[in-house]
Amino acid sequence: MNSHLLKQNIAFAIFRILGLMVVSILFWILGFIIYQGAGVISWEFLTSAPSNGMTSGGIFPAIVGTLYLIVGSSVVAFPVGILSAIYTSEYAGNGNIVKFIRIMTNNLAGIPSIVFGLFGMSLFVNTLGFGDSILAGSLTLGMLALPLVIRTTEEALKAIPDTFRTGSLALGASKLQTVHRIILPMAFPNIITGLILSIGRISGETAPILFTVAAYFLPQLPHSIYDQVMALPYHLYVIAVSGTDLEATRPMAYGTALVLIVIVLIINISASYLRKKLQKRHA
Amino acid sequence: MLETKNIDFYYGGFHALKNIGMKMEDHTVTAFIGPSGCGKSTFLRLFNRMNDLIPDTRLTGECLIDGEDIYHKSVDVTSLRKRVGMVFQKPNPFPKSLFENVAYGLRVAGTTDSRFIAQRVEESLKGAALWDEVKDKLKKSAFELSGGQQQRLCIARALAIAPSVILMDEPASALDPISTSKIEDLIHILKKDYTIVIVTHNMQQAARVSDKTGFFMLGELIEYNDTKKIFMSPEKEETQNYITGRFG
Amino acid sequence: MKRIFEKFIESLLTLSGATTGIIILLIVIFLFREGAGFFRHSEIESGYVLCVNEENPVYRLTPKQIKEIFDYEIDNWSLVGGNDEEITPFRISDISDYYSDEELGENNEFLPEKLGEIIAATPGMVAFIPEQYAADTNERVRQLITEKLNPADFFGGDTWMPTATPAPQFGLLPLLLGTLWVGLCAILIALPLGLGVAIYLGELADEKIRNLLKPTIELLAGIPSVVYGFFGLVVVVPFIQKTFDLPVGETAFAGSLILAIMALPTIITVAEDAIRNTPQAMREASLGLGANHWQTIYRVVVPYSISGISAAVVLGIGRAVGETMAVLMVTGNAAVIPHSLFEPVRTIPATVAAELGEAPHGGAHYGALFVLGCILFLITVVISVTAEVISKKQPQA
Repeated sequence: MNSHLLKQNIAFAIFRILGLMVVSILFWILGFIIYQGAGVISWEFLTSAPSNGMTSGGIFPAIVGTLYLIVGSSVVAFPVGILSAIYTSEYAGNGNIVKFIRIMTNNLAGIPSIVFGLFGMSLFVNTLGFGDSILAGSLTLGMLALPLVIRTTEEALKAIPDTFRTGSLALGASKLQTVHRIILPMAFPNIITGLILSIGRISGETAPILFTVAAYFLPQLPHSIYDQVMALPYHLYVIAVSGTDLEATRPMAYGTALVLIVIVLIINISASYLRKKLQKRHA
Repeated sequence: MLETKNIDFYYGGFHALKNIGMKMEDHTVTAFIGPSGCGKSTFLRLFNRMNDLIPDTRLTGECLIDGEDIYHKSVDVTSLRKRVGMVFQKPNPFPKSLFENVAYGLRVAGTTDSRFIAQRVEESLKGAALWDEVKDKLKKSAFELSGGQQQRLCIARALAIAPSVILMDEPASALDPISTSKIEDLIHILKKDYTIVIVTHNMQQAARVSDKTGFFMLGELIEYNDTKKIFMSPEKEETQNYITGRFG
Repeated sequence: MKRIFEKFIESLLTLSGATTGIIILLIVIFLFREGAGFFRHSEIESGYVLCVNEENPVYRLTPKQIKEIFDYEIDNWSLVGGNDEEITPFRISDISDYYSDEELGENNEFLPEKLGEIIAATPGMVAFIPEQYAADTNERVRQLITEKLNPADFFGGDTWMPTATPAPQFGLLPLLLGTLWVGLCAILIALPLGLGVAIYLGELADEKIRNLLKPTIELLAGIPSVVYGFFGLVVVVPFIQKTFDLPVGETAFAGSLILAIMALPTIITVAEDAIRNTPQAMREASLGLGANHWQTIYRVVVPYSISGISAAVVLGIGRAVGETMAVLMVTGNAAVIPHSLFEPVRTIPATVAAELGEAPHGGAHYGALFVLGCILFLITVVISVTAEVISKKQPQA
């Protein structure tokens, strides 16, 4: 066997082993949480509040809190994000403005979530006086989601070939009409998928809500957007590291981790299902 | 000498080449013409086994170079490809310097003698009629060349590993007329030392550069003869129709 | 009418386009405003002063010296530029060693006077007492000069003890080094693995395997960081403790491992995309010249996709540096300058997450955490810009 071939065989063997290794590590993590958490999940776990110092009961308030935050941050991020993407992709051309906006969006996407937490605390909680509240938490999370929303929406719009734009404009449609009647409907499946995925990404964020909304324990559900809520990721954090009896809270922690993973799975699967379904209808 | 016997080739269920047998003599230029999708490029790529890269393909029949079946188990594909150079439709230089592009084939073959490499690079660039234009900027990126220069660089790159056969897959289709004529002149010169097979959909080009021409249609070799014969008095009606532009 | 409507929509769109810029501007303003507040605070706890005997030639002590004096690590004035005299640190609570409650009066009305007597009688004493009492002592008591917290001490300081009294220690170095150690080590682990898997997926794996693995790996990028942190806490930390026979498993190495696992999906996805984007023509040209598959990968495919791969690395670093929760859960959070990977460390984001809840709003500690936020912000801006510049360098065929 010549030496080139030998080198190739060695290199490829290494890559295959690496591939196998990494993939099995990643699957191991998923499998471990699912295995440990599956026994904890029950109807009671999902529908009751924690009790006995977090050692029994369930995580219902945290699930509800996370849902509130998902809805809240969507309300903040979706309209602005979509409009911003339409502007950069359809209106702003290729000049310096677009370059500037893109740099800003990329920068915003790179800022660590804990910095958003600091910012949200300073602006919303203290300066604007919202206090620790759903409002402050949603605004903070919404800003975190904004670059994701802008990016995915922009990609969806960019994927529409220019021929449709010129075709519509040539028929005497205005730019707005073209966007409204041709571009947005065509890009709709991909936009909606992107929105779901970006909201999925931030639903598990902990650092931004630490100081803006999350509560360690609340026996009742929130009454208004000025109330604090419990949230799944924060709940997992506190029962994993700062419970009074770590051994006794462990099962609760496994269950919470599993619920978080299942939410991520549901969001991803529904996004790809929705895309397929909508694309078929629009094709 | 290149020779094929009863070649059949399939992309999955699609029968792309049908029972093709032909011979190409050394130091000749053979042109393949035919409408798009007729199989002429697929046939060309058999000779350096480029089709191996495409998954789910199947080949039957024999493909011989100097009497040796290049699809035999004992054949080393990489050393086959060193004997059979190829130039592609679009110039595809690597993102490296001019020099490194030409030296690439030598380096991957394990050559480390830098004097020898430098000498081969110069010879090859001269052979591709590019030396005078680029000798002062060998360290520059290959992307700085014009399209025509890039294509001649790709030819030089193929010459550097001293092949006996050069396959050209529509080498001038992405080029302007002046660059095209430079490539065609080059083919005339290269003919002395190499066996050249060229796929083209430009019939004037086939007529200008080749000694023999094969006309392909729907995966079949319709007619194969001296170029003059094909263009002046083709035997088959399909050939007649194609070269007079009635379809294709 | 229609024209006006369109103009309205257009300006609305323009405004939205500016949102990200506005948000970044707001972040800068609020972060830096709160951060700047830090440097307006005094070196010692507000409302208190340090008093010495007026014969003492020392006029000023640095925060570090104050801390070491009250920790009994410095015990002689000659070590801080004074006479050869033993130092007697004094806190207000120590007053009961000298006087009984009756002697101080019912409402502590005699306290200032008695403090003055103690300090006057003890030449080597340095007393940490409330400002209000210090004024009414006597002329033999002198207050030490205290200055505002300064950037040099912050950026050069090697101790982070924000709740120490009398002088809290705000030294960035342990946190910065902790962040860099954990981040760099994570990248060193994740980079070869991620690149290897990207090459495996992009070049070697069957289409079927690839179509199964790629979405799964993308999915793993979406798993919340607390879940990774939790996994690290219950699996990786005990494993490290047992394997390396350490007193605690919560170490920089545990943080690096978890971060590496978290960064892997990002690195794999971006690098694999870059590898797949290498034009087929490049591959064919290389193979056509007699290179084998492996030579083609490392001589052509990797160099061609190097900008995409570097962008993947930079993004991975960005994620590693800014990641908060997972690191907070597994690194042990000891704010000391790390000497080995197998010691507890504390990173900048973890410090903010762990301490902001306890830092009183508007205080020096609160301000210090915002300064940390500013530093993180600047680091990530540098990283984003680097990634931007690198990915522009994509070769044009």
